[in-house]
Amino acid sequence: MSQRNPAISKGVDWVMIWLYLLLVAIGLLSIFSVTYRDGDNVVQTFLAFKTDYSKQFYFFIVSLVLGLFILLTDSKFFTATANIWYAVGMLLLLLVFPLHTAVKGTESIIRIGGFNLQPAELMKVFVNMALAKYLSRVETDFSKPRSQLIAAALVVVPALISIAQKETGLALVFFSFFLVMFREGLPPIYLIVGFSLAVLVVATLVLDKDILAIILTAIAAGAIYLLRKQIRRRRGVLIGIVLIWVGCVGVQRFVVPFLFTKVLAKHQVERIFSLIGKENPYAALNTVEGDEDPTPVKKKDTDYNVRQSKIAIGSGGVIGKGFLKGTQTRFDFVPEQRTDFIFCTIGEGFGFAGSALVLGIYLFLLLRIVNIAERQRSVFSRCYAYGVASVFFFHIAINLCMTIGLAPVIGIPLPLISYGGTSLLSFSIMLFILIRLDADRQMVLR
Amino acid sequence: MALFNQSRSNIIRLIFVGVFLIIIVQLFNLQILSRQYKQLAMSNAVFPKVKYPDRGIIYDRKGRAILNNTIMFDLVVTPNESRKTDTFGLCDILGIDTVEFRKRMVEARMKNGPYRPSIFQDLLTPELHARLDENIWKFPGFALIERPVRVYPYNAAAHIMGYIGEADSNIIKRSGGYYRMGDYVGRSGMEAFYEKVLMGQRGVEYLIKDNKNRLVGSYENGSFDTAAVAGRNLRTHIDIDLQQLAEKLINNKVGAIVAINPKNGGILAMASGPTYDPNSLTGSNKQKNYGQLVLDVAGPLLNRAIQGNYEPGSTFKPLGGLVALNEGVITPSFGYPCGGRYFGCGHGKPACTHSNPGHAANLRLAIANSCNSYFVHIYRLTVDNNRYGSVKKGYEKWKGYMNAFGLGARTGVDLVSEVPGLIPDSSRYNQVYRGAWNSCTNLTLGIGQDMMQTTPLQMANAMCIIANKGYYYEPHFVEKIDGETSADTILTKYKKKHEVLTNISSEAYEAIMTGMQQVVDGSASKAKIPGIDICGKTGTAEKYRIIQGRRIKLENNSVFVCFAPRENPTIALAVVVENSGFGNTWAAPIAGLMMERYLKDSLSADRRKEADRIGNSSLMPSYLKYLQYIEDSARATGWYERYKDSSMIRKFQKMNPIKPSFPRSKEKAPARRVAFVLPDPRLFNKPFNA
Repeated sequence: MSQRNPAISKGVDWVMIWLYLLLVAIGLLSIFSVTYRDGDNVVQTFLAFKTDYSKQFYFFIVSLVLGLFILLTDSKFFTATANIWYAVGMLLLLLVFPLHTAVKGTESIIRIGGFNLQPAELMKVFVNMALAKYLSRVETDFSKPRSQLIAAALVVVPALISIAQKETGLALVFFSFFLVMFREGLPPIYLIVGFSLAVLVVATLVLDKDILAIILTAIAAGAIYLLRKQIRRRRGVLIGIVLIWVGCVGVQRFVVPFLFTKVLAKHQVERIFSLIGKENPYAALNTVEGDEDPTPVKKKDTDYNVRQSKIAIGSGGVIGKGFLKGTQTRFDFVPEQRTDFIFCTIGEGFGFAGSALVLGIYLFLLLRIVNIAERQRSVFSRCYAYGVASVFFFHIAINLCMTIGLAPVIGIPLPLISYGGTSLLSFSIMLFILIRLDADRQMVLR
Repeated sequence: MALFNQSRSNIIRLIFVGVFLIIIVQLFNLQILSRQYKQLAMSNAVFPKVKYPDRGIIYDRKGRAILNNTIMFDLVVTPNESRKTDTFGLCDILGIDTVEFRKRMVEARMKNGPYRPSIFQDLLTPELHARLDENIWKFPGFALIERPVRVYPYNAAAHIMGYIGEADSNIIKRSGGYYRMGDYVGRSGMEAFYEKVLMGQRGVEYLIKDNKNRLVGSYENGSFDTAAVAGRNLRTHIDIDLQQLAEKLINNKVGAIVAINPKNGGILAMASGPTYDPNSLTGSNKQKNYGQLVLDVAGPLLNRAIQGNYEPGSTFKPLGGLVALNEGVITPSFGYPCGGRYFGCGHGKPACTHSNPGHAANLRLAIANSCNSYFVHIYRLTVDNNRYGSVKKGYEKWKGYMNAFGLGARTGVDLVSEVPGLIPDSSRYNQVYRGAWNSCTNLTLGIGQDMMQTTPLQMANAMCIIANKGYYYEPHFVEKIDGETSADTILTKYKKKHEVLTNISSEAYEAIMTGMQQVVDGSASKAKIPGIDICGKTGTAEKYRIIQGRRIKLENNSVFVCFAPRENPTIALAVVVENSGFGNTWAAPIAGLMMERYLKDSLSADRRKEADRIGNSSLMPSYLKYLQYIEDSARATGWYERYKDSSMIRKFQKMNPIKPSFPRSKEKAPARRVAFVLPDPRLFNKPFNA
């Protein structure tokens, strides 16, 4: 089965490689335009490893070397070791609890030498492999609830650990793997229920709780009226509607307040409320320990980041102000703009045209990955590919929505563009493994 | 199994595309549809820095700068860069304690934030600047910043030039938002009147600021910047030597001196006493000095030449003669048999200084002898002229003359806050006398009394009419504006000749002038200058003032008006000195010195001595001391009542150990004490609030 290829380039999807290089280049230029000051000696600072863009460049080189190694690896290696990696990842994730360093409000980082290791970041790759491995097992019958539960557990357990480490953003990323499960036959009812639940939670935040209860009751009454004929035939439908109604009101009355006072940290709740322009009504009740805001700002300014980000992007206009000409991003008006708000640089510098172009590249990348997934013979490769697509999609969608004020600020980076070594490395590894798997698509790995 | 779910790949693709579409729509909305973000970004990152132009310079008639610009220095601090500064050293140089230092640092932080410079101490004195300049390296975070300041090189003409001050909310509102907080505008004098000419045009420099409001460079390489255009200079008729002499002569007196060139209406000098040092309102102590000037009851900020209302008294007589002549009710040879009193109205008033027969045998003699009866009579002849039907119509005609002479209405001088003086309307008399009045009721108008009030400028201007034989130009200071264009209409009205008398023969004028010359040869001898024919007229006006509800008759005001030389007049003067008695003692010699200085271009040694003598004599009325005491004590008490802080009262007591006596009235009216304004004596005896 195994083929000895003298050239590693055989079967490699070059379009993916080019897309990867293009996005990293855009990222480097964006970081450069944020960090560069007039009169800086570019060559000198670059070689001195001092500036952000040069650091990011070195991480890029490291990523390329790693990618080369991955391309040289036999693709069976990944299927064979998937579970081991998962175990290692879980171990690292648990080791974080005793060993973590205090960095900026998070408790998810281990410092090894001069290097910050964030196991949760790597865990994305390992979960993806383990999930693919589990779904591709011959003995797995994914239509059985037991299998579905096990698959969900593979995803949810690291997510919960991440939440415990105050990395809600990363934790949410794990839920993107449900998209993979959906593709592999998870009944759509789960996605629909999940989506409805999300809508309900948002409605709870936006609307007055009594009004929402009335609306829910009205919907239930309407449903009973519309389904009166079926109800006459089957009592179960009525009971079902009543149960759903009770569940919804329960979520709205008890679960959300519980979530916002006992689970989420104060600053996270405040960011969510700042997004919808309301005061945090649960502030006094919040009992989550260590809920110090990592970026201590005045209470009124919780939406400062988003406002500045919107100003920066909005002021870009149609074609933008030009490279290095953005006044908002060049002079640090947007906080965290090298990392989470890097898109502002593109939005301000290159306007709608540039933003749409970057979006187009991302969309092309995502659809390309889906296409790659669909051409795989191996279930493992397909699941893995869908996993990559889901993680990328989730990151891109949440990050962009965050910068343009459509989602609360949960700090997750923009794949391949945001500044950050671990992030670049983990996305690179994910992509290169996919490329390696795809290169061997003729093989049936199982 | 997987194959069963192949269609789901399309659903996933659809989800991807859908979410991206939502993002694109929001981007379209932000970047293309809404305009507000562009403006927000501008206000975020671009700082329009106003570049102030130099204000225009004001020159005297010989091209000497009276009002100029200079550079002073402000000490500014950038709070977050000043941590390592030598606090004690700086406090030592500035003469402040560390508490004050910390207070100012907090203020600076509050004002512009920790990353931008704020003023720590403004307008340093030259000595302080020199000391700081040497040691500034010891104080990181501190810097000396230039600031243009007005300077008056001759220390003179304070009232004429006026001063500039920060625009208040009123000015900002009236300017339609042109001025902003912190802008300097002319607040008085020519600075205010010629504000538009002097101020020039502000420029704007667009600078980029960062998230901490630090200025980091110019925006778009300055392509949107506009340069400041300097204000234009003014060339005036003022003779600064004459002005300085006038201020010296009026020193320590209450009154005013105005000198006009009748040929063109140009004001040569205008002094008001008491005056102040104009440079005291520009330097480092300007606030304190201004406060002192405002609180001084003698009113040093008041320009009495245009804001002082004085009864013209006898100096009005030549004008009364002119009106009667122009109306044709008298001829120069008209005489009136005055026996020491005027009996035309039956009550024998007013009295006249002379009683010898023939002292008012014609107009010339009447002026020379200042006959009250004569001028009261010709006033009545004018007003009661049958031509006008009734006394009220006749009076309106007479008042018309007065207004044409520039009395009872603003002369239109190029200064702000001129007062109009007073020539009452007939309606005013109707009101006062309930309609029952005639020429006997207000007959003393004929000798410049009754309700008549004029400013010294109006008196001098009236002299111009006689000197010019019938016309005048509106008195003004500015001859021309540098770079004047047709758009500058501000000076147009000063070029217009006002022909106010047309029906008077040259002989009639000669009669009046001769009469006035005889005044100088006679009773006003101290105004005489050898070799020059001077026409003048003295006047003495009674002065009353209501103090503490009592009408007190004060020392008379002495007034003197004149012009010279008689043959070709180039200077017309009005001098008013309050509280100084007869015109010849103070007002006439002051006028004499002024004319000599102007006409002969210098003063001889003994005349200089005379000028020094007059300048050094103090005629400050004694009642001012009393008024000052009342004012200050009332203020100290008010301060205590408001803030429960007795320090002002204690300070006041220390400075004023003895209470000045209540001013004595010149009239022998029964003096009755009025309750004193000072509060309960207990307030002074108990230390109530430490």
